[in-house]
Amino acid sequence: MIDIIVGHYNYWVVIFLMMAGFYTVIDRGNLIKKIAGLSIFQTSVFLLYISIGYVSDGTTPIIAEGFTRYSNPLPHVLILTAIVVGVSTTALGLALIVRINEAYGTIEEDEIHEQDKSL
Amino acid sequence: MKNITVTVLIDTLIDITLLAFLAITAIAIIYMRNLFVIIMLFGIFSLHTAGLFVVMDAADVAFTEAAIGAGISTVLMLGTLALTKNHEEKNPPHRARLPLLVVLITGGALIYGTYDIPSFGDPQSPSQQHVKPRYIERSVEETGVANTVTAVLASYRGYDTLGELTVIFTAGIGVMLLIGGRLTRRKKQADEQ
Repeated sequence: MIDIIVGHYNYWVVIFLMMAGFYTVIDRGNLIKKIAGLSIFQTSVFLLYISIGYVSDGTTPIIAEGFTRYSNPLPHVLILTAIVVGVSTTALGLALIVRINEAYGTIEEDEIHEQDKSL
Repeated sequence: MKNITVTVLIDTLIDITLLAFLAITAIAIIYMRNLFVIIMLFGIFSLHTAGLFVVMDAADVAFTEAAIGAGISTVLMLGTLALTKNHEEKNPPHRARLPLLVVLITGGALIYGTYDIPSFGDPQSPSQQHVKPRYIERSVEETGVANTVTAVLASYRGYDTLGELTVIFTAGIGVMLLIGGRLTRRKKQADEQ
C-alpha cells in the first residue's frame, strides 16, 4: 500500500495540478487568470515528463567517473524545448489580451460577450 | 548501503513536501481575486517547480524553468497587468456546476490511468530501457560533450531545436503585429482629438 502511494504520489499531484489549471481556464472569466491557469497546466505536464525520466538513487545525466546510474536525458531535452515554446505561446496570449483590452476596454469574458451581443 | 537508503528517503521527503506546496499554491491561485497576487503566486509556483526539477535530477530543466518560467513569464504577465490597468477579477465567480463536473470526470479518468504506470523512480521501467542507454554510453565518444542533455539537444535532436526557434520567431512576429503599433495608434488618436 505504502509502495503504491509513494510510487504514484507524483503522478496524482501532477494530475491534480493539471485539473486545477484546466478548471481555472474553463470556469474563470478573467483573461489574465485564464492564462495563469493555462501556464499551470503546462507546468504540470513538464512535471509529468520529468517524473517519468527520474531514477531513484540516480544522478543528473552529466557523464563523470564514479557514477553509473543517470536519469533519462530524453524527457529533459523535450521539456527544455517545451518550456521555451510555452513562454512564447504565453507571450502571444498576453499580447492578444492587451489588444482585446484596447478594443473592448475590459478583459472580463462576459463583458466582452455583452458588448458583442454574442450571448 | 545504508547511506544510499537515507539519501533516497530524504529525496522522497523533499519531493513530497514540494509537491504539496505546489498543490496549495494552485488552490490559492484559483481562489485569489487580486490579479497581482495571482501573478506573484504563479512566480512562486514556477520557482517550486524548478526546485522539484533539481530533486528529480534534471538540473538543465531547473535552470530553464527558474529563468524562463519564474522570470520571463512573470514579467510578461506583470507587463500585461500594467498595460490593461485591471487589477481585480471583477465578477464574483458564478457557481457553475458543469466545469467542476468536467474537471472531476477528466481527473478521475487520468488517475485511473496511472495504475498502469511503473512506479516513480523504477529503474526497470520501459522509459529507462529504450534509447537512454545508448545516449549514456555513446554520447561522449560521438559528440565529445559530457552533459548528455546538451549532446541530445544540440546534436541528436538538433532539428527539434531548429523547430523550436521557428516557433519563437512566429510568436515574436505575432506579438509585434498585435501590439507593435500601439504607440503610433495612440499618437494618431491624440492628434485627431
